[in-house]
Amino acid sequence: MNEVSQTLTQPGTAQTNWFEFAKRHRSLLASIFVLVFPLIMPFTALAVNILIYGLYALGFNLLFGYLGLLSFGHAALFGTGAYLAGIAIVHFALPWYAAIAIGVLGGVVMAAAIGGLAIRTRGIYFAMVTMALSQCVYYLFYQAVDWTGGENGLRGINVRDINIFGLKFDFIDPMTRYYVVAAFVILAFFVLSRILASPFGAVIEAVRENEARARASGYNVMLTRLVTFILSGAFCGLAGALAALHLSIVPIEIMHYETSGMAVMMSLLGGMGTFFGPFVGAAVYLLLENLVSLWTVHWQLIVGAIFVICVLFFPAGIWGTILKRMKQ
Amino acid sequence: MAGLSFDLLALQLFTGVALGAIYVLFAIGLSLIFGMLTVVNFAHGAFFMVGAYVGLFLVSLGGNFWLCLVAVPLIVGTIGLVVERFLIRPLYGRGIDYPLLLTFGLSYVMVELVRIAFGKSGYPFDTPELLQGAVNIGIGYFPLYRLFIIGVAVAVLLGLWLFLERTSFGLIIRAGARDPQIVRVLGVNVARVWLFVFGIGTGIAALAGLLAAPLQGVIPEMGSTILAEAFVVTVVGGMGSIGGAVIAGLLVGVVVSMTSLFAPEMAKVSIFALMAIVLLIRPQGFFGRAGLMS
Repeated sequence: MNEVSQTLTQPGTAQTNWFEFAKRHRSLLASIFVLVFPLIMPFTALAVNILIYGLYALGFNLLFGYLGLLSFGHAALFGTGAYLAGIAIVHFALPWYAAIAIGVLGGVVMAAAIGGLAIRTRGIYFAMVTMALSQCVYYLFYQAVDWTGGENGLRGINVRDINIFGLKFDFIDPMTRYYVVAAFVILAFFVLSRILASPFGAVIEAVRENEARARASGYNVMLTRLVTFILSGAFCGLAGALAALHLSIVPIEIMHYETSGMAVMMSLLGGMGTFFGPFVGAAVYLLLENLVSLWTVHWQLIVGAIFVICVLFFPAGIWGTILKRMKQ
Repeated sequence: MAGLSFDLLALQLFTGVALGAIYVLFAIGLSLIFGMLTVVNFAHGAFFMVGAYVGLFLVSLGGNFWLCLVAVPLIVGTIGLVVERFLIRPLYGRGIDYPLLLTFGLSYVMVELVRIAFGKSGYPFDTPELLQGAVNIGIGYFPLYRLFIIGVAVAVLLGLWLFLERTSFGLIIRAGARDPQIVRVLGVNVARVWLFVFGIGTGIAALAGLLAAPLQGVIPEMGSTILAEAFVVTVVGGMGSIGGAVIAGLLVGVVVSMTSLFAPEMAKVSIFALMAIVLLIRPQGFFGRAGLMS
C-alpha cells in the first residue's frame, strides 16, 4: 500500500519541487521577465505604462490580496506620489532621484493619514471610507491650483538625462526610459518578496485568514493593518513618481476614484494575492484599452464587461488560474 | 459679514435641506440594499444617472414631468430586477467583496452605454412650468422646485415607512433583514424578497436622479460624484440604517450649503471632513449596524 502510494505521488512531488523552486525565486524570475518584456511589445511607451501601473497594482494587491482589505482609495496614494515628485521638480528644481524619494515619502505619509482613519472601520466600510477620503484628497489637490495646476494638471516635469555615478543616460530614449523604470520595479519585486517571506509577511496572511485567531495568538492586528497600508502606500507612491517622470505631466484625473478602480480591476484580472498577478492584470488591462480603442472610443464598455465576466466566472484571475493549474 | 442676516442663514439652511433630500433618497436605496442583501451597490450612482436620462428621453418623446415621476422609477427599477436576478444572485455566499466588484464593473458598462446612446456632453433639463419661480415662505423667497423636492422626499419616506411597517410584505422584508435563515425555514421565498428590495432601491435612486436633473443638468458622470458623497452619508448614518441615512443625508446637505456660503472652495472637502470627525468619535456611524429601521 505504501509503495503504491509512493510511486503514485512521485511525479507529483517532482513537479511540486519545480514549483517550489519557482516560488522561492519568484522575484528573480519576474525580474528576468521584466528585462526581456519590451522586446515582445509593439510600443515601448506602452511597456513603460504596464510597468508603472503594474507596480501600482502590486502595491494595491499587498493590501487587497495579501491582507484582504479592499481599498477604493489608492488613487490618492498614487496621485500624491506623482504630484509631490512633480512639484519637487517643477517648483524646487530638485534632481530626479530626490523627486522619486519625495514621491515615495508622499505615498507613505498619505497612506498613514488615510489608513490611520480607515483601519478603524471594517469590511465593507473600509472600501467606502477609503474611497470617500481619496475623493477628499482629490478636491484638495484640485483646489491648490498654485501648486498642482488644478484642472489643467501639473505641467513641465522635464527630465532629460539621468546621472548615476557620473554615467549619463538619455531619459528621452524610450528603451533607456524603460530600463530606468524597470530598475525600480525589480527593486520593488525584491522588497515585496522579502516582506512576504518575513515573519511579518506571515502575520499579514494570518490576519487575512482568521483575524480573531491572529489576535488571540498575540499579534497586533490594527498595527499590522496600518503598517501594511503604509507599505502599500510606499509602492504606490513610487509608481506615481515614476508616472510623473514618464508622462512629464500629472493630470488631475490621476486622483479620481476611477484610478482607484483601475488598481482593483488589474489585481482581479491578473489574480489577487498572487505575486506576479498585478503585472499580468496591468498588461491585459492596458493592452485591451489600446486594442479596443483602435476601433471604438467606448473601450470602457468592453473592459467593464470583461471585468464583470471575470468577477462572475474567473475570480482567481488569469495568473491565479495558471498557478492553480501548475500546482495540480 | 454685513450682508449676513438671520433670514439669509435660514434660507441657506433650507437650501441645504432640499439638497439633503436628494442625498436622503439616494442613500436610503443604498442602505436598504445593504441592510437586506449585504451588497454595497457601486452601480447605485449609475442607476441615479440612468434615471435622469430616462426622464430626459421620455420628455423628448413628449411625455411630461409628472408622468416621469412614476415611469422613471418603474423602468429603472425593472432594470434593477434584471441586474439582481442575473448578475448579483449568482454571487451570494461568496463574500461581500464580489457583489461590490461586480456592481463596480457594471457601473462602467452602464455609463458607457449611456455615452453611446446620448453622447458624452450633457443636456439641460427644464424645470417643469408649474414648478418654476419662487414662493415666500416667511423668511424670504425660496425656489418652488426645491420645495417640491423636499415634498417628494417626505412622501417617498412616508410611503416606504408605511410599506415596511404596515404591510405583510414589509414585515417579511424586516424579518429577512434580521435573519434570512429563519424566514426561509418559515416558507418564505427570500430570493424573491431580495429581488424586490433591489428593484425598490434602484427605483428610488432613479427618482432621485430625475429630481436632481433640473438642478444640475444631465451628464453621464453625474452618478460618480454623488456616489462618493452618498458613501459619506451611509458611513455617517450607519450602514443599513434608514433612519441614519435620513438624518445624515440632511446633515450633509446642510453642511454643504453652509460651507458654500462661508467658504465656497471648501464645500466639497467639508463633507469628507465631517466623515473624518464622525469616524474618529464613532466608527460605526450614528446608528451602528443594528436592524433595518433602527
